[in-house]
Amino acid sequence: MEPHELAIAAKYIGAGLAAIGTGAAGIGVGTLFGQFLNGALRNPSAVEGQFGRLIFGFAVTEALGIFALLIAFLLLFAV
Amino acid sequence: MATESGPAIDPIHQFALHPVVSIQVAGHDVSLTNSGLYMLLAVALTCLLVAIGARGGSGVPGRLQAMAEMAYEFVAGMVRSAAGETGMRFFPFVFAIFFFVLLANLIGCIPYTFSVTSQIIITAALALMVFLTVIVIGFKEHGLHFFKLFVPPGVPIYILPLVVAIEIISFLSRPVSHSVRLFANMLAGHITLNVFGAFVVMLLGAGAAIKALAVLPFLMTIGLDALELLVAFLQAYVFAMLTCMYLNDALHPGH
Repeated sequence: MEPHELAIAAKYIGAGLAAIGTGAAGIGVGTLFGQFLNGALRNPSAVEGQFGRLIFGFAVTEALGIFALLIAFLLLFAV
Repeated sequence: MATESGPAIDPIHQFALHPVVSIQVAGHDVSLTNSGLYMLLAVALTCLLVAIGARGGSGVPGRLQAMAEMAYEFVAGMVRSAAGETGMRFFPFVFAIFFFVLLANLIGCIPYTFSVTSQIIITAALALMVFLTVIVIGFKEHGLHFFKLFVPPGVPIYILPLVVAIEIISFLSRPVSHSVRLFANMLAGHITLNVFGAFVVMLLGAGAAIKALAVLPFLMTIGLDALELLVAFLQAYVFAMLTCMYLNDALHPGH
């Protein structure tokens, strides 16, 4: 195998590994909404006041998955 | 992506800067680029919304005035909840940041336009501006007491050095996470849209039977576009919200 081909193979393997991080962010977002529903069903009157915090937590968690996706995209298209 | 078969996907190309109006000053290139043009557009739209919305001042607000009032109430509520009543003197700062980022994001969602916030230099400049404001205001208001920010109360003395080190590192990494969050969200979103759009083109270029499959990535693109609109608003909200929280640290460093 030529060194150049090896580099391309490593690039795609790296992109695949980086994409695992999006799944980890999926666990985080799932926990977030699951716990929110859990609390919301116990005390529905508190939902309105906490919705902003839910969305904020979602965006901060989602961003970590996006970081992983960004690395995958950069490896695929920019390297 | 250099593949042997099929058209190449080049989703990075949309982020390229190119001059719109070429300007040379004393041998330096100070051309107005597409990035600068869309930044001016975002600022102009913000000013227009607020200027027209605040012009009437009638008791029965029209649509634009209601929109401007809602925007004011939304940002004011955000600043009050995160930075308290003393934080309200930073309201114009947060309002400007929120609407610049929001409109830059939303303009970027229109096909064939340029997304300003997908450039790391823009978001880094905004985040560094917030970071330096926090440091300057913190030292001006509290002097050396600003360092209390790094010493959380109620921590046992034997783990205090470790906690202080962690607090300092987390404080210094703020501009990085603050800027990369917005930049990466917009960049990844636009690349994803572009990749799925390219799938449609690739499938349409294939044989007759496969052509029908092109509707699948097309539907996916519509769904992703809706998600992008949500993300555009959310990331502007998060950026402004974090700005408020950091300013709160400058105003009340003792936690």
